[in-house]
Amino acid sequence: MDDIYKALCRIVGNEHCSNRPEELFIYSFDLGTFEPKRPDYVVAPKSAEEIQAIVRLANENSIPVIPLGGGLSLAGLAVPLKGGIIIDLKRMDKIIDVNEKARYALIECGVSQGQLTSYLEQHYPHLTHSEPGAPPAATMAGNIMIHGQGDLAHPYGFTSDMICGLEVVLPHGDILRIGSSAINAGWFSMHPLPDLNVFLGWYGTTGIITKLSIKLFPAKKIRGFGTLVVEDEDLVPEIIYKITHTQLCEDIIAFSRAIPPFASGLHHITVNIGADSEKELEFKQEIIWDDVLGEYIRQDFAGYLGFKRGLERPQVSKTSDYKKGGGFEYVGGIMPVETYPICYKKGREISERHNIPYTVTARVIGAANSMMFAWTYAFNRAEPESIKQAREALHETDGLVLELGGVIWKPGVYGQRLLMERLDPVTKDLMKKIKTLLDPKGIMNPGNWEIF
Amino acid sequence: MNLPEFDIDICMSCADAACLTKCQHISIQRDVAHKEILKIARGEDSPVLHECVTCYACEEYCPYGNHPFYLIVERQEMLGISPQPSPLIKRAINIGIPFRGEPDIKEINGPVINMGAFSPLKHLIEGKLFEGLTVISDDERKMFHYFCQLMYLHYGKISIIKERLPNVIANIAKHKPTEVICFHDECYGAYTSFCNAYNIDVPFKPVHLFEFLYNRLTVLKDTIKPVGLRVAYQRPCSSRLSPDKHKFVEKIFKLIGAEPVKRKYADENALCCALTIQGQKKEGSRRRSLEIQNKNIEDMKDSGAEVCVFNCPACYDTLSEKVSQHGIIPVFMSDLCRYAIGEINLENKRFINKYG
Repeated sequence: MDDIYKALCRIVGNEHCSNRPEELFIYSFDLGTFEPKRPDYVVAPKSAEEIQAIVRLANENSIPVIPLGGGLSLAGLAVPLKGGIIIDLKRMDKIIDVNEKARYALIECGVSQGQLTSYLEQHYPHLTHSEPGAPPAATMAGNIMIHGQGDLAHPYGFTSDMICGLEVVLPHGDILRIGSSAINAGWFSMHPLPDLNVFLGWYGTTGIITKLSIKLFPAKKIRGFGTLVVEDEDLVPEIIYKITHTQLCEDIIAFSRAIPPFASGLHHITVNIGADSEKELEFKQEIIWDDVLGEYIRQDFAGYLGFKRGLERPQVSKTSDYKKGGGFEYVGGIMPVETYPICYKKGREISERHNIPYTVTARVIGAANSMMFAWTYAFNRAEPESIKQAREALHETDGLVLELGGVIWKPGVYGQRLLMERLDPVTKDLMKKIKTLLDPKGIMNPGNWEIF
Repeated sequence: MNLPEFDIDICMSCADAACLTKCQHISIQRDVAHKEILKIARGEDSPVLHECVTCYACEEYCPYGNHPFYLIVERQEMLGISPQPSPLIKRAINIGIPFRGEPDIKEINGPVINMGAFSPLKHLIEGKLFEGLTVISDDERKMFHYFCQLMYLHYGKISIIKERLPNVIANIAKHKPTEVICFHDECYGAYTSFCNAYNIDVPFKPVHLFEFLYNRLTVLKDTIKPVGLRVAYQRPCSSRLSPDKHKFVEKIFKLIGAEPVKRKYADENALCCALTIQGQKKEGSRRRSLEIQNKNIEDMKDSGAEVCVFNCPACYDTLSEKVSQHGIIPVFMSDLCRYAIGEINLENKRFINKYG
């Protein structure tokens, strides 16, 4: 038995450490098209102190460490590109505190978004968080690490904009706190101390988030969504601008897809609305559907499909059923809302070229400051040719995002390289210096954000 | 004109133009109504074509079976006057396109129940009442091969029905059913009223769900425990295509010991769920739809209903939450019948949405 394995077992216990091939195999890939790479060890720690010990061990031996949350990014972000130790964080799943009055939750890094939703529904039904469209098993820490967006992205922005504090294990093993918690003043705000946050969006290459405080928001008693359908994609941006101007909505999504046929060639704009009473609900509905959007309906440009209670989250995973073999992956771009029409048209072209039914989805972020536009491609996991086809479509789309003036969201290695080619030299240089300063041996999730 | 069974002479000699004067959505005097229906028959534009909310009721109001509603929809399509906006029409047309392979055809040589485009509601046809029936259209991936298409009457697109319905009928016929119980009365209306009006051959015997339920309950009479509930029936628009089967509502209620409440909006005077109205182009359609729904629910409340009984899944989707918010239990007729024979409990149907 090798020394590293023995040392890891001493840190986390035998039952939470493995180098068995069958378990390493499971951790060698994610659900997307990324080529598998096998780790050397997998550990599942229970505390920041255990992570601290693992990172120190890795540093001493120059072994890569790769933090893993739900493993659902689809972009290969937690695939061990250079082998090493996968740190599976799912056991760190404590919801430590919910502060009702300051509206935040302090949680460990392995808490899944479904777990937090369920906990709030059970214990604090008047509070909610911005729940991503990802499966319930996706972790909150993973979501902020990739700058995810949830169903309160329109009023409050990216999930990573909702952080009130972080605890991070740095590459050399120190444990850092950021925000008000850094002076033991509670976990209610990231500001106003000097900003030290160089961890979000870095995929664990600068440190491993072990604890986070996330903002909570009032949960309205009635939550549901209305849908507007338009055929002309050129109308979508102006309709979104008008809806966002009302400041009455929780979430705004636009989608179009070849399958099922009802959505083909049409754009469904779903608008989430929350209210504490029927009176409030009708007030909001009247303004949105009658006053603001009524003209589009009367002029035959749009149709109102009605309001449904309950939330339906965007489920691009449904596209995995388009082809046998159940695979799908998407490219997300953080784009100006005005690019919706061209994003749609070009997305259809790429899909058709690669013989994949098209699926596009956009979520409005902030006051239409931007949108996350996703191009999804289905593939058959059992057919290498189908995977290759999807991968080519994805790479082409990475290029499209940049061509259209956007930024690739949670880019895989291919997309990271494209971004790096365009990155401002001063920005690139500072990123390199930060990485070198924090992780001089380059052991943290190597292969990602490698700056040359 | 492509409505073989329509006879303009009947309208010419009709004294009261009940098709329009009884309409609950258009206010029109008899003399004007008479002129307008004749204009429509001649293919001319009429305010009626613009005002029609497509509630189907005039099909029932016409005492001569002259199909005024089909005529109106024909003219709406011919003159390009759909009440619905174009994107919703396109969406609706696309809905009916099968996209998951061909249906699995098995010869049954016996009675079948056809779920049409409501395969996900198979749980509504369980238990003793449905024993011995083979379910067709039980796979939601392929249910649009069995979709009766009549929905397009709401969209001013009668041509779609005429184009697609023969294929749907052929799919059902391939199962060689001895009779076809229609889960939704829109399907029943398609295979009886619509096909009769357009001389479309139907090589099987359609059976209305309520007639079937009544007959089965009669057989199971000994197992019925009178439900003793005050019930309101939400009559769907498609029921207007088979008014002769509407009597089975009352017959079933009587058989299971339910007490139909005295409502303002019942039977011929029923108000639709207004689902189709909410998205129409005419200004104020969303609010009008809400007003109709509220009138309907207030009427149920005022009449003391404890239970609202549905036939149509669209009505259920539209009204069930609102009904339950007012303390009335929303339930499908088949479930009420199953309750009467002790197969299910109704209490768990009282609150249907945690967000309500």
